[in-house]
Amino acid sequence: MILARVVGNIVATQKNIRYQNARVMLCQQITPEGEDTSYTCLALDSVDSGVGDTVLIVQEGWGASTAATGKAGAAIDSAIVGVVDRIDLLAEQR
Amino acid sequence: MQLARVIGTVVATVKNESLQGRKLLVVQTLDRHLKESGKPMVAVDSVGAGVGELVFWCRGKEASFPFKREDTPTDCTIIGIVDSEAHVTNE
Repeated sequence: MILARVVGNIVATQKNIRYQNARVMLCQQITPEGEDTSYTCLALDSVDSGVGDTVLIVQEGWGASTAATGKAGAAIDSAIVGVVDRIDLLAEQR
Repeated sequence: MQLARVIGTVVATVKNESLQGRKLLVVQTLDRHLKESGKPMVAVDSVGAGVGELVFWCRGKEASFPFKREDTPTDCTIIGIVDSEAHVTNE
């Protein structure tokens, strides 16, 4: 799983049928310290996350598909599976 | 899944049987500000995308799931067309 910040969402009318009723969120990967990395990706929301939230994204097909649509086997490789409340790090790693 | 712009098409006469009739498109991955990021790659289309359109793609084994023949050899498939650039909200 990766840590990311939700920075927006996208709207697509023409999409894979399994994406019906799904929210497609635009996410920016962050370091545990909260700094942006250069990687951005799209993920289906399964936990009612919103813009600004720090989230956990699973990037594995079976888990992502099951979390986002309730069934495996959809063309989904990333899903938001948790909203992060806080991250604690050892003092020397801050 | 990542955002990308379709920047071209690929024609391949000799290809795997499961790719017969499939549209191959060259896509350039974009970052959240819709700026180019990384090198272009070839994706199989599953939604009727065309050159110039803003799309998003799926990687890995899941890329073959939109097709009836799940043995379709693809690791990158276009699975949605973004309505317009205005439909990409960004903080």
